Amino acid sequence: MTDLVQVTNLHKVFRRGSERIDVLQGTNLTIPDGDFVALMGPSGSGKTTLLNLIGGLDTPTEGSVVVGDERVDRLSAGRLARWRARHIGFVFQLYNLLPVLTAAGNVELPLLLTGLRRRERKRHVETALAIVGLSDRARHYPRQLSGGEEQRVGIARAIVTDPTLLLCDEPTGDLDRKSGDEIMDLLATLNAKHGKTILMVTHDPHVAARASRVLYLDKGVLNAERTA
Amino acid sequence: MKFLPLVWHNLLRRKIRTISTLLVIVFIFTLYGYLAALSAGFSAGVDLASADRLVLIHKVSLIQLLPISYEKRIAQTEGVVDVCHFTYFGGVYQKPSNFFMQMPVVPECLFRLYPEFLMPDAQKKAWFADRTGAIVGRSLANRFGWKVGDRVPLQATIWRKKDGQITWTFTIDGIYDGATKGTDTTQFLFHYDYFDEARWVARGLVGWYVIRVDRPEHAPEVAKRLDAMFANSPEETKTTAEKAFAQAFLNQIGDIGLMIRWILGIVFFVLMFVTANTMAQSVRERTNELAVLKTLGFSNGGVLALVLLESCCLAVVGGGLGLALVTVLTSGSDPTGGLIPGFILRTRDVLTGIGFALALGFLAGVFPALRAMRLRIADALRRG
Repeated sequence: MTDLVQVTNLHKVFRRGSERIDVLQGTNLTIPDGDFVALMGPSGSGKTTLLNLIGGLDTPTEGSVVVGDERVDRLSAGRLARWRARHIGFVFQLYNLLPVLTAAGNVELPLLLTGLRRRERKRHVETALAIVGLSDRARHYPRQLSGGEEQRVGIARAIVTDPTLLLCDEPTGDLDRKSGDEIMDLLATLNAKHGKTILMVTHDPHVAARASRVLYLDKGVLNAERTA
Repeated sequence: MKFLPLVWHNLLRRKIRTISTLLVIVFIFTLYGYLAALSAGFSAGVDLASADRLVLIHKVSLIQLLPISYEKRIAQTEGVVDVCHFTYFGGVYQKPSNFFMQMPVVPECLFRLYPEFLMPDAQKKAWFADRTGAIVGRSLANRFGWKVGDRVPLQATIWRKKDGQITWTFTIDGIYDGATKGTDTTQFLFHYDYFDEARWVARGLVGWYVIRVDRPEHAPEVAKRLDAMFANSPEETKTTAEKAFAQAFLNQIGDIGLMIRWILGIVFFVLMFVTANTMAQSVRERTNELAVLKTLGFSNGGVLALVLLESCCLAVVGGGLGLALVTVLTSGSDPTGGLIPGFILRTRDVLTGIGFALALGFLAGVFPALRAMRLRIADALRRG
C-alpha cells in the first residue's frame, strides 16, 4: 500500500494574549491508502487540530502535510478550497447540516462546486443516499431526522464527490450506542467495500476498536500506536 | 443559477425578518417610482418640446401681451415655417382647486403646429365650425367625466365679457389624445376669434407665439432675427427654444428634480442601513454554516459572492415589486386625475431603479460578505 497521508514534524502553536500554547509538537504520521485510523486522546490533546491541518482547514506553524501528491501546507487559500472539494470528505460530530436544505439538498452542496449538470448531480445524490441507506429520506429536512439519520446524511455529503480521504471528527460523539454502531458499520463498509481511507477522531475506545489502527495523541505528541 | 435555491432558502430562513425588510424595500421603491413619475410629469413639457419650435414672448414677462399684428411679420421672417398664437385664459371650473390650462387658439393652426394632438376628423370639423366650441385632452375629459356635446361653464378671473358677465360657456366638440405617452392631454382649448370678439378689453392682443422653423439648427438664428425685428418697438420680444421656455417655466416652481433627488438620497441611505442590518444579522447567525461551506470547498470568493447574491436578490426582488406596482398604478389610469400631465414611470426611471436596487444590494451586503469571506474555518467550527 502506498502512503496517502504523510505528516512530518508538524507543529501548531496557538497564542492567547501573551500565552503560547503548543498544541502539536513535532508530530509525525503516515497513513497508507485504504487504511482506517482512529485517533484518540484527551480533550485538548490536539486531535481536532491535527485533523484540521491534514484537511487543510488550518495551516501549521511548522512542518509539512502531504496528502496524495499535494503539499497541503503550501497551497494558497483558493487552491486549498478546490483541493478540499475534490479530495476530502468531512464528517462532523454535530453533523453540521444546513437546516434550510433537505437531506438531498445538503448532500448536493459539494457537487455545486463541480461542473456536473443538474441531472448528474441528482444521480450522484441518489447514489450517496442509497449507500447510507436513506433513499427514502431525501426530501426530509434535518429537523425531521433522528441524530443517526442526520449523521448518515453528513456521511453521504462527505462521500458524494468520491473523495480520497474521509476525515471524521467524533462522528458518533453525539449519538447513542445503537446509532453509533450503525455509523461505525457504515464507515467500516466505506473503508472495506469502497476503499475509502479514513482518519477518525474519537474519545470512545469501543468506537476506536472498529478501526484497523488506533493512534494516541497526548499533549501534542503522538506517542503510542496499536494495530487492531 | 445553481446557487439560487441555496440563496433563496437562506433568505427564507427567518421569514418575518426577510418579509419585513422586503416590505420596506417595496415601499421605498414605490415611493421612488411615484416621485420619478411626478418628476416626469413636471418635466414632460421639457422632454416633449420640439427642437424645431420657438416660443416668442414679451421681453418683460410672459403675462405682458403682444399685438396680433406681429403674427404676419413673424410669418414673413426667413426661416419661419408656421406661427400660432396662444393666450392664457385662467378661468375657474366650479372651484379654484379644479385647475387646468385653458387657452384661446386658432384651431387649424393648433393642429398644424402640434401634430402630436390626435383627434378624429369629424370632431375637428365640428370644432372648426363651432365658434363657441372647445376641445379638451383625454386626461382632462376623464378627470371631470366630460364627453362630446357637454356644455362647460368657466368663470373668468381675467377676461370679463363685453356684457360684464364672467361666465364663458363652451360646448365640447372633441376630445384629443396624445401621439406619445407623455403628451399633455390636460388642456382646454377654444376659438380665439370668439374670445377676442367677446372680451371686454385687450382686443387684438395675444399672450405668446409658438413658431416652427424650417430646420432645428436654424432655431437660434431665427430667434435672434425675430427679437432684432421687434427691438426698439413698444413691445420688445424674447424668443427661446420651446425646451428652454418649458424649463424656465418649470424653474419658477423650483428645481423639482433636485428636491426629489434629495428626498430619495436620504430615504435610500436609511434603507441601506435597514438592509445591511438584516444581512449582518443573517451572516452572524450562520457563522458555523458558512464555515461548513468553506470546509466543503467553497472558496473565500465563493462565500463572498453567495452573501452578496443574497443581498442583491433581496434588494432586486423588493425593488422590482415596488417598480412593478408603480408601473401598474400609473399605466392603468392617471393617479393624479389629470392634474399632472405625463405622470408616467419612464423606462429610463425603471432602469435607474433597477440600478439603485443592485447598488443597494451590493452596499448592504458588502460588509457582511467580507466578514463571511474572512471567516477562519477552524475558529468558526470550534465556536460552533
